Amino acid sequence: MTQLPDTGWVAVVKRDCPTCELTEPVLAALASAGELTVYTQDDPAFPESVPHEYDGTLDVSHGLRIEIVPTLLRRENGREVARTYGWDKAEWRKLTGLATLGNDLPDLRPGCGAKNIEPGIIEDLLVRHGETGLASRKIELGSAEDEIEAMFDRGWSDGLPVVPPTEARVLRMLSGTSRDPKEVIGKVPPDLGDCTVEKVAINAVMAGCKPEYLPVVLAAVEAVLEEPFAMHGVLATTMYVGPVVIVNGPVRRHIGMNSKGNALGQGFRANNTIGRALQLVIRNVGGGRPQEVDRAALGNPGKLTYCIAEDEEGSCWESLAAERGVPEGKSAVTVFAGYGLQGIVDQKSRTPESLAQSFAECIKAVQHPKLYPGADVLLVVCPEHERTFRTAGWSKQRLYEEIYKRSQRPVDEVRPGTMGIAEGTSAFADGTMAPKIRDGGLMIVRAGGGAGMFSGIIAGWSASGEKGSAPVTRVIGS
Amino acid sequence: MTTILDPTSERTVAARPRLARPASLDGLRVGLFDIGKSKGDIFLDRLEQRLTERGLDVKRYAKPTNTRPAPTPLLQQVATEVDVVIEALSD
Repeated sequence: MTQLPDTGWVAVVKRDCPTCELTEPVLAALASAGELTVYTQDDPAFPESVPHEYDGTLDVSHGLRIEIVPTLLRRENGREVARTYGWDKAEWRKLTGLATLGNDLPDLRPGCGAKNIEPGIIEDLLVRHGETGLASRKIELGSAEDEIEAMFDRGWSDGLPVVPPTEARVLRMLSGTSRDPKEVIGKVPPDLGDCTVEKVAINAVMAGCKPEYLPVVLAAVEAVLEEPFAMHGVLATTMYVGPVVIVNGPVRRHIGMNSKGNALGQGFRANNTIGRALQLVIRNVGGGRPQEVDRAALGNPGKLTYCIAEDEEGSCWESLAAERGVPEGKSAVTVFAGYGLQGIVDQKSRTPESLAQSFAECIKAVQHPKLYPGADVLLVVCPEHERTFRTAGWSKQRLYEEIYKRSQRPVDEVRPGTMGIAEGTSAFADGTMAPKIRDGGLMIVRAGGGAGMFSGIIAGWSASGEKGSAPVTRVIGS
Repeated sequence: MTTILDPTSERTVAARPRLARPASLDGLRVGLFDIGKSKGDIFLDRLEQRLTERGLDVKRYAKPTNTRPAPTPLLQQVATEVDVVIEALSD
């Protein structure tokens, strides 16, 4: 590779650019008029009529910070003194002092994006040139070390293989946000380790996220770190819960989230990796690991990942985010301390009253049929159930009110000892009705496939609300 | 060779030795700390009774909620007012 000339002209071109091909005769003219070094980015043979160097590694292009090809620049005494890009006849003539340059060419043709700044290439160049700006500790794996096993060995996995967070992958992940990688977004319990945007990006890589998911992951992390969510307690409890992420707004469709068939299940990268990334941040940045500060007796499979999208387009109701004050057109996450799925199988109800009673009866069993109040509830209404309410003209508000009312029980049914069961509560006055769900503790979303009269209950933590964890909604930024 | 980035917070923890366990509670001020779990109060009430019978100076403390870590001012208060602490963990 020829060194850059101390003094002379430098042009950077690529074959895969019609404007570069257009300027080939101009480059030939410049080459014959004086000192010109041409670097070609893609095809070593191009441009055939002009002597040139092949910048196969793109190191010269990167060093020159080329963004558009063709670029023509002037160097004098080792310094760049002038530059133009694309084909602008007047500009090239002015720069070169050649008044007849490109006589046969049109006046103006925009250039093309340079190869060295293409996604997937720029990251490798930044890594190779030590220009990543990343602050995290670098760990060189041994040549005989299996990358996946190395991640397990260091305790960074949730029990499934993770994607090794190389510098290039983390840089690509960070391209998904406009935020400064060094920005501290909070302290993650239980260790209260500082969590930067960069640390979230690293864990998002490990989880298998695409860069466009990163703003959702960031919003989810920020949401669980808000005080009302009580992330420390959600982690440390012996109960089942973990963060459940509900996503609303246009971002669902932009990043390909599934809100239809198998809405709570496997098979959809955005859903599954966003929830996983959040859990990996808790584990790795916060140090929250099972059988350590995570004291869960059973836990639940959703502690690997639990992220759902609401099917807003198919719903006759306002979305959960709209209910919670998120402006139209904005995307948001709502985090909820919940677990598992309790089915509501009702294939016979055709009136909203019957169906609401089914919902309420199933909700009565949350935690235990005699535990009143039980916990917050996230109710996922399937399309075929929602249709019954739609047809009858029930608003979402009406359904909320009916469920609160219908899930109450007379206190003498929930006293310790009744039904031959020691469990129960004495917290309510005789002759009153005990509420199953605290005020504001019920959330309803609509999701799922078109067939199947099977809604679901995602139950919360016994310590729901102010005494423990309350759901938190956060608008997703850029 | 693959270079990866550390996904942890990279915090460094200062290791501090624990105070030696006292050979006897005689003359020490004892704190009874209720973290708010079920029946912890029953356990601590009984301890308070027995320790008071032995003539010990006993103080009671409680977390505002069992779902969150104890507030730092409360921990500082405990640390300055008593010599040993008995915590009712329950569960």
